[in-house]
Amino acid sequence: MRDLKAVGKKFMHVLYPRKSNALLRDWDLWGPLILCVTLALMLQKSSVDGEKDGGPQFAEVFVVVWFGAVTITLNSKLLGGNISFFQSLCVLGYCILPLTVAMLICRLVLLAGQGPINFMIRLFVVAVMFAWSVIASTAFLADSQPPNRKALAVYPVFLFYFVISWMILTFTP
Amino acid sequence: MAAVDELAFHEFEEATNLLAETPDAATTSQSDALTSRGHVAVIVGSGIGYGAEEMEEEGDKILLLQEEKPQVRFWTFDYYQSFFDVDTSQVLDRIKGSLLPHPGRNFVRHHLRNRPDLYGPFWICATLAFVLAVTGNLTLVLAQRRDPSIHYSPQFHKVTIAGITIYCYAWLVPLALWGFLRWRQGTRERMGLYTFLETVCVYGYSLFVFIPTVVLWLIPVEWLQWLFGALALALSAAGLVFTLWPVVGEDTRLVAAALLATVVLLHALLALGCKLYFFQPLPLEHVIPAPQATPLSPSVLLPTSAQSVTT
Repeated sequence: MRDLKAVGKKFMHVLYPRKSNALLRDWDLWGPLILCVTLALMLQKSSVDGEKDGGPQFAEVFVVVWFGAVTITLNSKLLGGNISFFQSLCVLGYCILPLTVAMLICRLVLLAGQGPINFMIRLFVVAVMFAWSVIASTAFLADSQPPNRKALAVYPVFLFYFVISWMILTFTP
Repeated sequence: MAAVDELAFHEFEEATNLLAETPDAATTSQSDALTSRGHVAVIVGSGIGYGAEEMEEEGDKILLLQEEKPQVRFWTFDYYQSFFDVDTSQVLDRIKGSLLPHPGRNFVRHHLRNRPDLYGPFWICATLAFVLAVTGNLTLVLAQRRDPSIHYSPQFHKVTIAGITIYCYAWLVPLALWGFLRWRQGTRERMGLYTFLETVCVYGYSLFVFIPTVVLWLIPVEWLQWLFGALALALSAAGLVFTLWPVVGEDTRLVAAALLATVVLLHALLALGCKLYFFQPLPLEHVIPAPQATPLSPSVLLPTSAQSVTT
């Protein structure tokens, strides 16, 4: 129960990003794991039509998320940031929450059939959630970098969430 | 100052003279140094700082010479941290330098200033790989808008292929080039060549110009795509050639020409391969499946055969 409460509290911190240290001080990787599994499950095609060039497989989503997060963390540390390895993984993982919400909304919207208006709605939702993710993670991560390298550390985060957003946007059931 | 004169370089013929007079010279120079220090310290007020600074500088120089190479091992984190010692402004400056190659300015000497970094090459390659996959997918979406018989799919495997291709090119080709230049330098004993990291840096930054080009390839006008491709290739290859010219120019004409031609050719092959694989021209999908179009052919043939059956 205590762990669940901690995870829930961190979700709230991501949804309303303020300059608090709760996410950084007591990091945990439960939240990122739950979010990653949910995202990967939702990105699976519902129909099995034997295509090889479909969307990302379950393992591919996992690899993209975890290796992406590890790479960004290493990059941040190599540039001279003073954040620990698991703290950074924790922040990056938790900030996938807005994009997971976007995935949920996209799946619901896609139930209404496909079309240009449908696509516009999905594009708008994914864009907003992408911006939310980037802002949330930057709020936590940017302070740990020396001031003349902030952009160098934030750009990979931008790329990471961009790739996840593209995976969500191109999902077709 | 006698101390400085004693430290100056003497010709080898005077070695015996030097050896003969070293003991005396040592004492005289030391005493001279002492007296000069004392001299400076006592007499001139403003000279105190100056003299003290000079003595400190010499002491510092000696210390530096003694611990010249801190001997950082490659399995420590600090070794790799030294390759990421760049600021935002430096990275942007290097990118600008790669976009506008200048015959007189060598990218390595002028922009890198012998401090190569791994940040640029790594993230430029990552961005290029993802941009290739995303825009390739987008062209398929736009094509499907115009022609609903084309089957759309997210094609996530193209990300892996793009990534592997770009990273292999950006790391293996500089390795081969560096190895070749070292071998040639071994037989020729000419001026210094670039380190492996500097070569990787040059190649990595030269790939940057392809990122906007790939985005511009979304425009479905065929001749415009080839024009952008040629422009990007010219800029990128020019940057590489201008950087390699000083090192290669001292070799024989034949080897220099062959090396530069190979570099440009490999670059052109990469650009062409990316263009053809990720941005397949549309008529190809409806025709007999070419080797590059095999991932799409089963899904494409099904709708077309269904159409022919119904009509």
